[in-house]
Amino acid sequence: MYWINTIIQGALVGGLYALFATGLSLMFGVMRIINLAHGDFIVLSAYLAVVVINCIGVNPLVALAVVVPLMFGVGYLLQRGLLNFTMGSDILPPLLVTFGLSVVIQNVLLELFSADSRRLQLPWLETASVRIGDQLAIGLMPTSVFVVAVIVIGGIEFMLYRTDLGRAFRATSDDPDTARLYGVNNRNIYALATAIALAVVSIAGVLFGIRTIFDPTIGPARLLYAFEVVIIGGLGSLWGTLAGGIILGVAQAIGAAFDPSWDTLAGHVVFLVVLLFRPRGLFPKTFDP
Amino acid sequence: MKNSHDGNNRAKQNRRMSLGVDRRTVIRRGGGALAAAALASTFPSPRIRAAQPVKIGYVSPQTGPLAPFAEADDFIIGGVRELFKKQSRPIEIIVKDSQTNSNRASEVAADLILKDKVSLMLVGAAPETNNPVADQCELNEVPCVSTVSPWQSWFIPRGGKPDKPFKWTYHYFWGLEDAIGILLDMWPQIQTNRVVGAAFANDPDGNAWGNDVFGLPPALIKAKYKLIHPPHFQTLTDNFTSQISAFKEADCEIITGNMIPPDFTTFWTQAYQQGLKPKIVTITKALLFPASVESVGDTANNLSCEVWWTPHFPYKSSLTGQSAAQLGAAYTQATKKQWTQPIGFVHSLFEVAADVIKRSADPRDPAANLAAVIKTNLQTIVGPIAWGKGPVKNVVKTPLVSGQWRRTPNGPFKYELLVVANGLAPQIPLDGKFEVLTYKS
Repeated sequence: MYWINTIIQGALVGGLYALFATGLSLMFGVMRIINLAHGDFIVLSAYLAVVVINCIGVNPLVALAVVVPLMFGVGYLLQRGLLNFTMGSDILPPLLVTFGLSVVIQNVLLELFSADSRRLQLPWLETASVRIGDQLAIGLMPTSVFVVAVIVIGGIEFMLYRTDLGRAFRATSDDPDTARLYGVNNRNIYALATAIALAVVSIAGVLFGIRTIFDPTIGPARLLYAFEVVIIGGLGSLWGTLAGGIILGVAQAIGAAFDPSWDTLAGHVVFLVVLLFRPRGLFPKTFDP
Repeated sequence: MKNSHDGNNRAKQNRRMSLGVDRRTVIRRGGGALAAAALASTFPSPRIRAAQPVKIGYVSPQTGPLAPFAEADDFIIGGVRELFKKQSRPIEIIVKDSQTNSNRASEVAADLILKDKVSLMLVGAAPETNNPVADQCELNEVPCVSTVSPWQSWFIPRGGKPDKPFKWTYHYFWGLEDAIGILLDMWPQIQTNRVVGAAFANDPDGNAWGNDVFGLPPALIKAKYKLIHPPHFQTLTDNFTSQISAFKEADCEIITGNMIPPDFTTFWTQAYQQGLKPKIVTITKALLFPASVESVGDTANNLSCEVWWTPHFPYKSSLTGQSAAQLGAAYTQATKKQWTQPIGFVHSLFEVAADVIKRSADPRDPAANLAAVIKTNLQTIVGPIAWGKGPVKNVVKTPLVSGQWRRTPNGPFKYELLVVANGLAPQIPLDGKFEVLTYKS
């Protein structure tokens, strides 16, 4: 029972990791951009939710209705107005620009919201759980996060493999030049990819903000796990990203069950093992010439 | 480097040549100027000297994860600057941001000493900022007064030994022994099974707390508590299931730990979800600031923590004459925010500085200021400060009590921190009784 509990709790945390990683995976998969400001966008959306909640006094889940479209727009403009100009054969400029963005976002948030930590309050759901026996209790909030992760990833997978837009995404990812010959507007495709990525990030950010507290500087710590999840899962496969999240969450939980200080370490070890034996991840789908 | 210098000199020479001045003339004129400068410095005009401001350096983490410690800076320093304007001798406070980064703290401290020529350094915000600044002061021979970190984490990591203390750096705050003492003072007020679960982070503070020689574990065993002490966790962890299972298994009625606010919130939320229901939860560090307690949500009522300053402390400022309550109220009025513990301590740093400058033989001379720092005997808003009586030469201790966050349904803020046990510092009045945590069915 102890181990079942450990694995279930780990897998539920994995759902959150997968949600963190989905946006990163999408941007990396379509454009090969590693968005170093990814963690800061998570925090930024949580703060946007704070503003929405303060302005119209709704609960955090309703605030999503405003925050998601807003971040979609931010993503589109960010790619069209900034990141598109950094893309080319050199992978360094987008890295540097997103690193700069990370610093800018943190300091703007600090300036606007001060260093106080915040949380998006959802009093009942935060602590509610279903008890199954004495040793096993499943929290409603972590379960909802997991379910949301599955729905979001399922939705994006459907978009990628069942729609024209998805076909354009995949084509641009595999060979941007040929895709352009067939009439795909790469710049627009890239902008839409970033827009969708940031929309997903905003969902992750709001759920993260309900789960625990955040302050302007907490973003970069989130980037590392998201990055590991993408690598474990394999590029271009979002179901792989979900699997990667669960693997990382469970590995950490099992490591911690032996010794709490092995929590993070166990996750990193699994990441390294995957990198050693399957350098392209467990379920890679993109084609890299 | 050398080449470019040569190049510059040659260029200058060429310029001089073209102006029709030969090398010898330049040397003669240059010599004259030097002599004039020497004269000026040997016989300085006393009036000019008196008008030169005394410079105080102040380093604090205005940005980065420890920024809440510096939140009251603008308020306090703004007030102090107004006061200093009225002094006959101008006093200039030069503030630098450490960005919660030790290297940066060290850099700005060196700048303050070498470029701005401060003759007194103040710092008061956790070891990450305090220690590098104090080290720079020790190295460059400028007196440094620091606070807001347990004295061990200021003294031991910097290589201080009781028989080999520091010369230039002085500290006032409480120590780990007091923090442990207040727990043992507070907990017996509630009937429990005396089984304690401890969750410490794997960082300098957590490791000091969990140390098997001088930390909490030996003290608890001596006081006949049973301790469940899982190995320390990495900060910013997302899953505390393993600790929670261990605490549930052992039926811990008291939970303690030292962690940062996000970790505590994750831990406490999961504890609720997984059905851990202790009677007492005392967490140091995470529950210092009202903002982080408020963000824990409805489950924060009756969580307890260490208290080093509240507006209810029975002290007043030697600088403004304000009582602790008046200072707290002024802060809330100016910023619309609830008081925080560092307010009193940041204020007290400037009390010490003003007092040192008043007594110093020459406030622009670091050595004279050091002599004045050593002789400090001042009643401040955080209590009496006089070095010489502390655990080591460079340290004097301020009072520490324990408090509990209580929901205030009618108050201006969601929670208020009440002092509930004062066994170690009976001079601090109690605000309420220590209460057991309650759970909805």
